[in-house]
Formats: sequence, structure tokens, C-alpha cells
Amino acid sequence: MKHRTEEELIGYRFGEVNERMEIAAHLEECAECREELARIETVFGALDAMPVPDPGEEYGRRVWQRIAPRLGRRRARWWESQFAPQRLLALGGVVALLILAFVAGRWTKPRIPVRDEADAAKVRERVLVVAVGEHLGRTEMVLMELENAPAGKGQKPINISLTQRRAEDLVEENRLYRQTALNEGDQAMASTLDELERVLLDIANSPEELTPAAFETIRKRIEAQGLLFKVRVVKQGLDERKSNPDAKPAENKSRGTERNKV
Amino acid sequence: MADEVAASDAIAVRRTLGGDRDAYRVLVERHSQTVYRLAYRMMGNRHDAEDVVQESFLRAYQKLKQFAGDANFGTWVYRIAANYAIDRLRQRNTDEARREGPSKSGEDSPGLDPLSQVRDLSPSPERLAGSAQLAEQMKAALAALSPAERTAIVMRHWDGCGIEEIAAVLKSNSNATKNTVFRAVQKLRRAMAPFVERNEARAMGTEG
Repeated sequence: MKHRTEEELIGYRFGEVNERMEIAAHLEECAECREELARIETVFGALDAMPVPDPGEEYGRRVWQRIAPRLGRRRARWWESQFAPQRLLALGGVVALLILAFVAGRWTKPRIPVRDEADAAKVRERVLVVAVGEHLGRTEMVLMELENAPAGKGQKPINISLTQRRAEDLVEENRLYRQTALNEGDQAMASTLDELERVLLDIANSPEELTPAAFETIRKRIEAQGLLFKVRVVKQGLDERKSNPDAKPAENKSRGTERNKV
Repeated sequence: MADEVAASDAIAVRRTLGGDRDAYRVLVERHSQTVYRLAYRMMGNRHDAEDVVQESFLRAYQKLKQFAGDANFGTWVYRIAANYAIDRLRQRNTDEARREGPSKSGEDSPGLDPLSQVRDLSPSPERLAGSAQLAEQMKAALAALSPAERTAIVMRHWDGCGIEEIAAVLKSNSNATKNTVFRAVQKLRRAMAPFVERNEARAMGTEG
């Protein structure tokens, strides 16, 4: 009996030979070739046993943090980037904030110049606290809509286009508030806003119609990260700051502990 | 599910091309793990693998306009990573050859027998008793393959890529690529033979 070559057996193992049926028939009859194939198989077994160190669940995020500063601005078609609805909305929000901060600053302490700067900073912070509180309220609504949406039946796609439009608008706002929180040194708020941004981006970048399984994946992610809970905790902190403006921003121990629990 | 990921990727690509840099973040976070596994198996260590991952996503971003919208972004960035990793492996071989003097030449040169390096590294059968040693031996055997062979076996065995896909990365044709896969398996087999034979002998009770 003519035995099969090593090359033929390796090709057979990978499903790449033309004479697949003939080789299969030969292997039925030939114990020697079966043993040879089993010896070849040990190589693949040894390859499968090679470990790949797990880079961790947050690996994608770390990669993004490393490469983001090196990406540079992509030259968009200018009308798309400058007049995108969410950008206009966010820009409008920022302009309104600046005007409000300016007017409020003028209004509160017009006659004590030495305290003007400190007061203006306080006013700015209060305006930020109010604006971010409102933003978190809107984000909470979006997350709740997703969490409480009825489960899809069978394979019928779920349309999330309305929620998606809202998420798109919120992404832009969220980015500005995150940056402001960072500038103000409020790490806890910046970190929650960062997590929110990723989920909002996910929602905004999903297809308009999702299968129940894909929809469930997004929902589970919101649940697993405890985002609704975190949003409520930060919101509560902001409410406290609204009623007691001298309170320190949210880097207190209890909040850190709450976050770790989630 | 795969279709949905691809559709969602396509939206993120469009948004990135429209100037929304942060839309690219979705793509990076979604595909980093897959690219990392490929990179680690190609490079053999974490540090180089992480470099390959970062560089691949940077290159993908810079070339995004060339990305055909009907293709799958995951497959595309995977191929960019494979291309970059093979270049890095070739560079690494060249650097090593330069350091070790003129007697050692580049990949696939007829005078070079990469297996000889493995045999030199081979511990005696007594030392090759457990899976850690097996993994070490396999690591050395993989390191001794040429960059093309290593790429071929990683893409074919672990990631189940087709011959055409591997051929595109190797810039070769199907037949030559099939040969590269065959050569890689054959070399790994020879390198692992002492360990395998020892285990077989032990299993058959003929050792001694």
C-alpha cells in the first residue's frame, strides 16, 4: 500500500487538498498513516497549549488613551464638521453658559473689585454644576429608556433611532463637560463622564435597527458598569453642591467606594 | 451578530472620516483584543505585541480613506497588523543577523537551518516533562521560523484564515503560501519531536 506523504496529510488536516475523499478512504484502511496524522496533530495540540497573556478587559481603552494624542485631526469636509447638528447644539450650550456666567458674575458682586475674580469662579462653578446636572438628567433618561425597553420578540429587530439621535447630541455635550470637569480638577466627575461617553458613542454608532441579542448586549453593558447608579450618585453630589456651594467637588471617599462596588 | 458589528463599524468609520475623531475610539476598543492576540503570537512577547497593536490602529486611522466601506473593518485592521508584525519580525531578524556577524543571513536563505537553533536549545528529554517546558520548546521553535512561516502558521492555525488571505499578507501566491504553511508545520514538528517521542514512549511503556 502506498502511504500518503507528510505534505498531503498536513494539507488534509487543514482541508486544503483536492483528493480529500481519497485520503479519507486511505486513512480508514491504513493504521500507519493514521498514526502519522496523529503525530502531526500533536504539533497543533502543542500550539493550542501556548498561552496568550490576557491584557485585561480595559485593554481597548488603554490602547485608545495611548494612540489618541497621536491621531491628529482628520481633515473633515468642513461643512460636515462645523455644522453638524450636535456640534451646533453643543456650541449653543457653551455660548449660553458663557453669557450666563458673565451676566451672573456682573450681577452678584459689582462693587467689590478685589473679590470679583473669586466670585466669578464660584459663579462659573455653579453654572457648571447646574448645566452638568441637567446633562446627567438627560443622559439618565436615555439609559433608562434602554434599560426599560421591552425585550424583543424572536428575531424581530428593535429600532433605536430616536434614542440614538439623543445619544449623538449628548456625546458632544458630554465631551465638553468632561473637558471642563478635568480643567476644574474634578477627577471623579470626569471619570464618570468618560464612561458615559463610551456608552453613548456605542449607542450613537450602532445600526438603527438591532436584533434582540445585540440590543441585549448594550443593555447588559449599561447594567454591568452600573452606569445608571453612577449617574445618580454624581447627580446627587451635584445637587448637594447646588444647595451648599462651598462643598468640595466629588473626590470624597464615599463616592470612590460606591464606584468600586459597582 | 457579526453582521451587526460590521454595520456598526461601518457607521463609526463614516463618522471618523467625517471628522469625528472620537468615533474611532469605538473601533479601537472593539478590535484591540483580537489584534493583540495576533500580535502576541507573531511577536512572542507582550511589549512588542502592544507596540504592534498601537501602530496598527494608527496606520489604520491614517489610511482610513483607502478602506473600502463594503469590507469588514476588523478584517482590515487585522491584515494591517499582520503586515506590520511581519515587517517587525524581518527587521528583528536583520538586526540580529547584523549583531551576530556576516555568517547569518536573512529569512528563507537556503544556507540557514532555523531548526538547528531549536536543537541547540533542546533540553534533554528528562527536562521536558511538563506543559511549561512544552510551551517553552514551542516558543523557541516558533521563534526559529522565518517571519513568513510564522505569519502563515499563526494566521492559518489560530485564526483560521484562508490561504488567499495569508497570501495577500505574504505578498505571495496560493501555491507558495501552501508550501510556507507546510514548511512551518514540518519545522515545528521536527523541533517538537524529542518531546513528543518521549511522551509516546512513556504512554506505551517502552521508555527506559
